[in-house]
Amino acid sequence: MTRSAAVPPSPSRRLKIWLLSDSPESVFHARCQRLYLGWRVFSGNPIAMTGLLIIVALVLAAALAPLLTQGDGTEQVLSRRLLPPGAEHWFGTDELGRDIYDRVVWGSRITLYIVGLVGLLVVPIGLAIGTVAGYVGGWIDNVLMRFTDIFLAFPRLILALAFVSALGPGIENAVLAIALTTWSPYARLARAETITIRNSEYIMAAKLQGASGWRILYGHIAPLCISSVIIRLTLDMAGIILTAAGLGFLGLGAQPPLPEWGAMISTGRQYLLDQWWVATVPGIAIFVVSLGFNLLGDGLRDVLDPKSGGSA
Amino acid sequence: MAHSGNPIAGTGTGSSPRQFVARAANLLFTLSLTFVGLTAITFIIGRVMPADPVLAIVGDRAPREVYEAMYVKLGLDKPLIHQYLIYLVNVLQGDFGKSIMTTRPVLDDLIRFFPATFELASIATIAGVFIGVPMGVVAAVRQGRLTDHIVRVVGLIGYSVPIFWLGLMALLVFYARLEWLPGPGRIEVYYDGIVEPTTGFILIDSPTTGFILIDSAMQKEWEVFHNALSHIVLPAAMLTTFALAYIARMTRSFMLDQLNQEYVITARVKGLSEMAVIWRHAFRNVLIQLITIIGLTYASLLEGSVLTETVFAWPGIGQYITNSLFNADMNAVIGGTVVVGICFVGINMISDALYRIVDPRARR
Repeated sequence: MTRSAAVPPSPSRRLKIWLLSDSPESVFHARCQRLYLGWRVFSGNPIAMTGLLIIVALVLAAALAPLLTQGDGTEQVLSRRLLPPGAEHWFGTDELGRDIYDRVVWGSRITLYIVGLVGLLVVPIGLAIGTVAGYVGGWIDNVLMRFTDIFLAFPRLILALAFVSALGPGIENAVLAIALTTWSPYARLARAETITIRNSEYIMAAKLQGASGWRILYGHIAPLCISSVIIRLTLDMAGIILTAAGLGFLGLGAQPPLPEWGAMISTGRQYLLDQWWVATVPGIAIFVVSLGFNLLGDGLRDVLDPKSGGSA
Repeated sequence: MAHSGNPIAGTGTGSSPRQFVARAANLLFTLSLTFVGLTAITFIIGRVMPADPVLAIVGDRAPREVYEAMYVKLGLDKPLIHQYLIYLVNVLQGDFGKSIMTTRPVLDDLIRFFPATFELASIATIAGVFIGVPMGVVAAVRQGRLTDHIVRVVGLIGYSVPIFWLGLMALLVFYARLEWLPGPGRIEVYYDGIVEPTTGFILIDSPTTGFILIDSAMQKEWEVFHNALSHIVLPAAMLTTFALAYIARMTRSFMLDQLNQEYVITARVKGLSEMAVIWRHAFRNVLIQLITIIGLTYASLLEGSVLTETVFAWPGIGQYITNSLFNADMNAVIGGTVVVGICFVGINMISDALYRIVDPRARR
């Protein structure tokens, strides 16, 4: 590749040429190229970009909550209770005079906390069970998959309900309950991916070089399963948020005075007829965030999963 | 390939008697395994995880001997596996213990509350199919165009909206502000009991089905029928939102698969009208795949009605479970979970079996 043209191109142009060259010079170069090409497909998809924007906004809101709000959303000003939305309180105030805008912003931290924790629990469990089952095969595969199928067959919300009711309400228990009912599709997914990879030549090569089973599993197979697992996780995020909000709504998730969105709707329910904003605003927040994850997941699938070819 | 018997039956389509028995045995094995898993997990949740199940029943001021008598009565002095086996046998006999809240056997309660949930989920599934399937087909036919995008966005919205919140908003708009529809509940109080909505549909000697709409129509109580109908509109619409989103989305993707097949090109080349190609050729193949999806929707609506029932004070299983939850009525919670779980697994199995029967390709 000749990069010395007669007129030296601008840096951004040069970067583009570097990113689009036909023969990458290093692994890093190739990775950058793939990222860039993926980004080009992704950013050309308005639906996916909307999703990304929403999620970025959510993360920013969570990170910058102290700057975006006056207090931490728990100060009660009883003289200013149930005020309608206005210039001073953008989204109004709730039954204890707390600013709803503040509470929604701080609530984004709780949402991210729940979603992140569930992801951290579910992905390793699913990957471990799925890759081992797919790679080892035989009776181990059989046992692990039967076990997975049992969890897959369960009604998720009800099981989570029963689980939380036994453990007692609280965020951590809600996370545990959701994770327990969410991990099984990941194991199935990872197993399916592993089976297609298992017999490929580079795995044979690694084996011939004397790599141990574990090394092949976590060094060569698991990384390849990750992209589809991540897509699935992004698509599941909305469901996780809705389940968490549902548990919160029933009073089984985050406990007061934490500004969890589902719990906020639940208190707003008593004031629904005269002070509609108390229940409406947190619901919109839940809706926007889970829509964001759904849009993002859809877009990611188009980009990362060449098999779907953008048609699904 | 050919077996000794009937050449058609034995050509490897998996319908020889031996294969049939093997398949049935496999299915039975899977079913019982799932059942054992379901009961094991609910057993762990209900008996092992709570700090002290005895305390939950006798209260903390009970004298020592009452506590110990209950401890033995609950079988807590036996090994865990023994306790589980007792529990399993009880469940198999339909004995989930007594509900603390209603003081009746849990199974009786569940039978009483089940029809309301069943009615709601059935209506929502039917509505979801009749709206969602055409939506999905149209989106697939007009792939990449405005119609397609609209259907996609509507689907994503249906996936993303918290149903319980949507229910509250619907109540706010249609009940409180516009006054078009009645508020929560299954029927107005003064109509209560006219068509005996409280009898379970399993009781054969009673003439009612437990479905208030069907009962009132059969007994020609049209006032009750209208009242019940106006009550079911909102909660059913909420569940339909979810069903619709899922069904439309899956129909679209199945339909796209079919439209890209060669036989569709053949049909077009043959000069068939576009309508015939879409509905008579492509859609017929989709129909088979849809069975599984509809089963899945139905099953998830049965459990998904928990929150909707809470919002609309709908006297179904979901509300029963959540109410029991707040009264620390573990027997009722676990019984409800097991029953919903069994329905869930059962419906999925049935739709899977139907799919295998209808689609010869899936028999292998």
